[in-house]
Amino acid sequence: MVKVQHEDFDAGAEIAKLRLSRPDIGAVAVFIGQVRDINDGSSVVSMTLEHYPGMTEKALEDIVAQAKSRWDIFDALVIHRIGTLQPADQVVMVAVAGAHRGAAFNACEFIMDYLKTQAPFWKKEVTGSGERWVEARDSDIVAKARWDQ
Amino acid sequence: MHLPVSVAQSLTLTLMLKLLYFARLREVLGVANEELVLPANISNVTGLMASLAARGGVWQSQFDGSTRIRAAVNQELVANSATIQAGDEIAFFPPVTGG
Repeated sequence: MVKVQHEDFDAGAEIAKLRLSRPDIGAVAVFIGQVRDINDGSSVVSMTLEHYPGMTEKALEDIVAQAKSRWDIFDALVIHRIGTLQPADQVVMVAVAGAHRGAAFNACEFIMDYLKTQAPFWKKEVTGSGERWVEARDSDIVAKARWDQ
Repeated sequence: MHLPVSVAQSLTLTLMLKLLYFARLREVLGVANEELVLPANISNVTGLMASLAARGGVWQSQFDGSTRIRAAVNQELVANSATIQAGDEIAFFPPVTGG
């Protein structure tokens, strides 16, 4: 399941829902990303996330489908927030349920690496010295590329 | 011959591209979206970018290849060699930075 929303999310409740959805789940791997108060040497006051309505949901659904085709997992949840967030706010959550931890860990990391480079979100930060768009990182492209080998 | 207005409108619509611009690109261009008649000699994203660059000014600096721009056709991320046709929704944006 994929959700793009302004509201915060309750990670515990989301994990419980996924965990209890079927009795043959043996592993749930979870990643939560949150806003840092510093980026590239500047203090971050707030961050605004823009996206491409329609494409965002499709891109995330496609990434989850790819993960399901690559690993033996039962289900995956992606929640990504949009709008203006403050340091320590939750930004993104990925949770993957499967029979065993190996596939769940891998699929969770795969989904995040693809989300970082394929899903149409853009971050703009307000720092102590003004506004700036966050630059894409080459390390994210490298992280995604290792799944393509 | 005069076509009924509704027919003329739908003919015009089918020749149109819907262009969307996001994030820093939208701010630099000062435009979020526009409708454009697909020029007859343009068949892919590269060609469309060249015609946008030909507008000059900020359009040139953003679309002449010196700025990293990604494209999506009908809401799918594509390479610049991807073909385009009338009726397509084409989005341009900087490399994504979500997560």
